[in-house]
Amino acid sequence: MTTPLIEIRSAPHVQGPKSVETIMRHVVYSLLPICAFYVFQYGISALASIAVVTAACLLAERFFVGTGTQAGRLSDYSAVITGLLLALTLPPGFPLWMGAVAGLVAIALGKALFGGIGFNVFNPALVGRAFVQAAFPTAIATYTPSFLAGRFTEFIPSSLAWPLMVPADAAAWLKAKNLDALAGATPLAKWKFDGVVANAIDLLTSISGNMAVGPAPVLILLCGAYLALRRFMDWRIPLAIIGSAALTAWLLYAFDALRYPNPFFMLFSGGLILGAVYMATDMATSPVTPKGMWVYGALIGLLTVVIRYYSGLPEGVMYAILIANAASPLIEKVTQPVPFGRGVLDRARKRATYPLNPGYISREEASAVTPKKRFLPNKPKK
Amino acid sequence: MTSPSNTPAAETNVIPIKVIPPTPPAPPASPAGAMIRTLGLVSAICGLIIVGAYQGTYDAVAANKRIATERAVFKVIPAAKSIAEYVAQPGGGIETRVGAGETAMVPGAVKFFAAYDAAGKLAGIAAEGGAKGYADTVRIMFGYSPDCQCVVGIGVVAMRETPGIGDKILTDKEFLANFTALDVKLKGDLAALANEVKAVKHGAKTNPWQIDAIAGATITSRAVGKAINDSAQALLPRLVPNLDQLAGKS
Amino acid sequence: MNPNAARTWDEFMEGIWHQNPVFVMVLGMCPTLAVTVSVVNALSMGLATLFVLVCSCGLVSLMRNITPKEVRIAVYIVIIATFVTVVDYAIQAISLKLYDALGAFIQLIVVNCIILGRAEAHAAKNPPLPAMINAAGMGIGFTIGLLALGVVREVLGAGTLLGVPLFGASFQPWVIMVLPPGGFFVLGAWLLFFSWLARRKLRKQQAKLVEATQNA
Repeated sequence: MTTPLIEIRSAPHVQGPKSVETIMRHVVYSLLPICAFYVFQYGISALASIAVVTAACLLAERFFVGTGTQAGRLSDYSAVITGLLLALTLPPGFPLWMGAVAGLVAIALGKALFGGIGFNVFNPALVGRAFVQAAFPTAIATYTPSFLAGRFTEFIPSSLAWPLMVPADAAAWLKAKNLDALAGATPLAKWKFDGVVANAIDLLTSISGNMAVGPAPVLILLCGAYLALRRFMDWRIPLAIIGSAALTAWLLYAFDALRYPNPFFMLFSGGLILGAVYMATDMATSPVTPKGMWVYGALIGLLTVVIRYYSGLPEGVMYAILIANAASPLIEKVTQPVPFGRGVLDRARKRATYPLNPGYISREEASAVTPKKRFLPNKPKK
Repeated sequence: MTSPSNTPAAETNVIPIKVIPPTPPAPPASPAGAMIRTLGLVSAICGLIIVGAYQGTYDAVAANKRIATERAVFKVIPAAKSIAEYVAQPGGGIETRVGAGETAMVPGAVKFFAAYDAAGKLAGIAAEGGAKGYADTVRIMFGYSPDCQCVVGIGVVAMRETPGIGDKILTDKEFLANFTALDVKLKGDLAALANEVKAVKHGAKTNPWQIDAIAGATITSRAVGKAINDSAQALLPRLVPNLDQLAGKS
Repeated sequence: MNPNAARTWDEFMEGIWHQNPVFVMVLGMCPTLAVTVSVVNALSMGLATLFVLVCSCGLVSLMRNITPKEVRIAVYIVIIATFVTVVDYAIQAISLKLYDALGAFIQLIVVNCIILGRAEAHAAKNPPLPAMINAAGMGIGFTIGLLALGVVREVLGAGTLLGVPLFGASFQPWVIMVLPPGGFFVLGAWLLFFSWLARRKLRKQQAKLVEATQNA
């Protein structure tokens, strides 16, 4: 065999170095510092939780890829991202077996059911979390304070519950260690049920005060900035979410400052920043049109604040993103860009569709008109 | 719409085929008499079956309903051995209620049960109340003891609270301990409760009319408190002045 | 087995397996999803439907020759409603707790399309005995479907089977299983399982066919 002198191929001839696998790998890299901080906060329980959840996701992915019904491969890192994100949204002392259930459900119901990577309608990690939120509402609301003294040598007892069994009572454990002064409730739960608003700067770094929070929002923002600068993620969606949540919260705060907390508390508490940077930007489940991204992000920010204020749940990011995921095909449809060369005035053709990147539009396509329903010109008479 | 005669027969060598639209054989119309006869027959048979079933199960159903009510009342007033149903009229005053369930009540009237112990002495009053919980209305029954002017027990009639969280109001021992002597004294003029019954944050109970809420199930606990408060506010001012009427069993 | 009995047997088995109302025809989903939180509820709902199905199909079949087709739906509905009322009273007489658990779904048996479908498609064209046998098969198939959901949901949702604890006192119930989404998940899982079975059977048949042609 000699190598051919001329290789004949169809376009595209120049390929970008960015493949799905590259993007996913970089997202995993950017998640590693966040995971490390999480482990630093909560010790070996968090480490075990991250390991078990990710392993469950990979196991499920391995099984479904093996059935031959899936797009994507095990090596494309997408299941790793799902696992890491899911573990970061669960409480650190979440029983490991429940974490494994969440991981399996995330891949099976969130992704494999739709046909694998790129076909999923909802963010798989959030599907997994929504399932365990509904299945184990008590366990998922049980947080423990961060930066406890013995966190690197001792598991939070609820982590090590036997499969299918009730986890040990974390409150009793804290009481036994004389730590019950550091309440295990999240800042959002404290605000919702007790009316205590935490300091926004403390929330931003989440280092001081043994708060029961996730990784520091400021760290997540930095990692997200890396992804956005390397163009592995679109900056519009996080910005739109943060902007719309801040605006909604600020309007309510201006309306009644006693009843509603300040907008900074809203932004930096709970999972809003993590959701905005990592969950909502999932490529398969968010719109691809720039205008659509703004609409999508604004919807998530608004819904998050509305759910937090007016529902029985303290946290609303998960459901806000899932709802916006469901709406994203519609958002995409109504925010189609106008093809180059076509005036704004004559674009309102009903039901004419344009390709998203109109490099070339054939004459037939450009003048495409959907045939109108017309009566037959000569109605045959009897 | 189109029939073959309209199409021009351009070629002479084509044999025109006359297509006759298939007409379904006209069904023999059923005479009205047959319909009426059949419907009448069916109605007669079905009527007989239903009336038979109603008569056959009437006693058992009535007994079941009575047992269910008695069980609910006996749960909130442990000393009770028998019950009688009463209605507190909106204008004040109480009346015996006969024919449970069938007679329409005056708007604003409150139904309650008087429970008697083995000796025929008044052991307590049981009444229902409801308030919006987390998922739907939580309907509870509570027992009122005229001796201590307090609530001595509660039971849940219907609720759809989250299993594992809201339904702890059935099982949580600390929470149920609130209802061994929950103060519902009336004000001096007997027009309203002296203190509003209210659920407070877990661990913050200081007064005998407060309910220590379950941690994590605050909304459901508040609903229980509100249900007792609303029902007691409506019932007790009419009931307490007329307690003599209930004292002995007629 | 003589051919007549074989046909009757086939008609009986039709509802249980090949035309199972829950897993093959996906009919009567309203009670299937709503009342299968426990085995007892599922079983009572299934038996109630079975009773209504058999009785109304028998009566419809008895009256098939004197029912003018213009009023047949009215006749079927009246007959079905009658037996539903009977079941309603019977369940109230047996246990009020069960009656409350099943709620409006007892009365809703009237509009269960399995029953009207059987009356229209089978009972109106066959003599009473075969019609009742066929209806019994359908009813048993429906009961099996409900039980399949009820077992999974009760075991995971409460850790019990027929009220008997399976895993001891410290079992963590999966709350989602007794909530409506759990019904959808379990039903979906069962449908997946049965369609996998059907596909495997089809593939085996095809393989056998290919083998036969190759041998020939």
